[in-house]
Amino acid sequence: MTLEVPRTMPPKPEIPRPAQIGSLAPPVVPPPAAPAAAPAAGIEAGPAKVAVETREFSLYYGARHALKSVNLDLPEGTVTAIIGPSGCGKSTLLRSFNRMNDLIPGVRVEGRVRISDLDVFSPSTDVVELRRRVGMVFQRPNPFPKSIFENVAFGLRMLGLRDAAELEWRVEQSLLQAALWSEVRDRLGTSALSLSGGQQQRLCIARCLAVEPEVVLMDEPASALDPTATARIEELVLQLKSRYTLIVVTHNMQQAARISDRTAFMLEGALVEVDETRKLFTSPSQRLTEDYITGRFG
Amino acid sequence: MSRARPDAYPRLASHGPSLPRRVWNTGFVGFCGFSTLLLMLPLGLIIWHLVSHGIVALTPGFFIHMPKPVGEPGGGMANAIVGTLIVTGIGLLVSVPVGVGTGVCLAEHGQGRFGALVRYTADVLGGVPSIVVGVTTYALVVIPMGHFSALAGGIALGILMVPTIARSTEEVVRLVPESYRHAALALGAPSWKVTQQVVIPAASAGILTATLLALARAAGETAPLLFTALGNRFWSSALDRPIATLPVMIYDYARAPYPDWNRQAWAGALLLLLLVTAVSAVLRLTTRRIGRTS
Repeated sequence: MTLEVPRTMPPKPEIPRPAQIGSLAPPVVPPPAAPAAAPAAGIEAGPAKVAVETREFSLYYGARHALKSVNLDLPEGTVTAIIGPSGCGKSTLLRSFNRMNDLIPGVRVEGRVRISDLDVFSPSTDVVELRRRVGMVFQRPNPFPKSIFENVAFGLRMLGLRDAAELEWRVEQSLLQAALWSEVRDRLGTSALSLSGGQQQRLCIARCLAVEPEVVLMDEPASALDPTATARIEELVLQLKSRYTLIVVTHNMQQAARISDRTAFMLEGALVEVDETRKLFTSPSQRLTEDYITGRFG
Repeated sequence: MSRARPDAYPRLASHGPSLPRRVWNTGFVGFCGFSTLLLMLPLGLIIWHLVSHGIVALTPGFFIHMPKPVGEPGGGMANAIVGTLIVTGIGLLVSVPVGVGTGVCLAEHGQGRFGALVRYTADVLGGVPSIVVGVTTYALVVIPMGHFSALAGGIALGILMVPTIARSTEEVVRLVPESYRHAALALGAPSWKVTQQVVIPAASAGILTATLLALARAAGETAPLLFTALGNRFWSSALDRPIATLPVMIYDYARAPYPDWNRQAWAGALLLLLLVTAVSAVLRLTTRRIGRTS
């Protein structure tokens, strides 16, 4: 079985957002109105629609209070960085958005998390549907031990997509968006494990984008990569924000400053401050934030 | 704060390993080498014995001829070769679905008390002597059917294989990195699809190895077949009739007072060894190729 994609594919300089897949499709969310015109003034341009919102959200691992009444609003089409020292709950918060914490026994939550029209922790929420709409990229690249093509096609097949031509097209689009297409177009059938670490991570991003999520969660997506690969991932994050709402957990404050529109600082399970990145790093309103970003602790 | 180094503590100069250390090192390396040789010795002897005794009788006729009556020279074990393939085939059909299913289930959902019970049951079943499995199958299959049969033989071998397959499958499925499961779950895959499309494919080479080990073990079993497949001097490929198998034929021929039969028993044993080796070599090569392309 060859997975070669015909070279004669018509060039698609502008990637249209394809029709939603399958019957699980949520109401089509209109893409944010071209923010590319004024990237610097993206936030001030107007009150953007809130894509993710938490209200008095608390999470317990057994008796440990891991998240303490977090209130957070993330506008659509922005990159939010979550920073804080190890163990402050930033990954826990991130993993709450797609309920990956459900896998850990003894987890209990209070309060609300809303992602567009979904009440995340409502008993009526379908976790499978939630996770399709809220994609995730992990700290370590974790491609499946399958071919490059099959990695990206995996989520599409999960949704019941069978049409070979459509699969090929969507795989190509996803790889293009993840800035990996030119490097792998000739070897889609080879094992994903033959790629370099940075390529694997971009493949994981492509795999995540293939199912057209609205929100993309990234848990320290570059911490296992070398500086060059890190730079490519950061570049990619900036490209993706016009089409997705991104939430990036990072250890690296310079990275947060480079890629994010807004930054949230967490400490010991509490959200200390969330503001525009430039403001948070230049004139934080909280003393704790200032101490952390100036390197007084953490 | 660093304290001054007292004169009594010399600088740790880099010199070669001390004499006692070198002696110990040589001693242990020697011991490991000796143990390895000791382990390989029985296998080497078995192969040497089988080849030297069996190669003479392992003629083309051995593969295609039926057993001849006593006193008549020549003849072969064609019926037993086919019989062994049929009976172990039935054994695989019985044991692979049950064993792999149990193993995957134990690895993915076997954390509770029920999982521990299943594990314990499998271990006990794995420790049951094969002759007991034979007698049990005799009671459960042969008596209700009214006669010995290939089917009963296959079921007996299947029962022998199930615990090995189940426990080894569990081990290899546990080795599948958790990150694969997380990746699939985060893409919105329901957990049964994660198991079916990510976990089992990732563990498939290991599951195959486990099955092969069980198969190699079962293919040479004689005791459970004595009460079930019985043996047959004539050609039969019917599943509900007694059938000849290599181990039982070797057993019969080896204790017979005829030198010609004894020679054929050696040839049969050599063939059994070759069959098991060949099957595992072929399967290994094919899985390696699958592993590379998918």
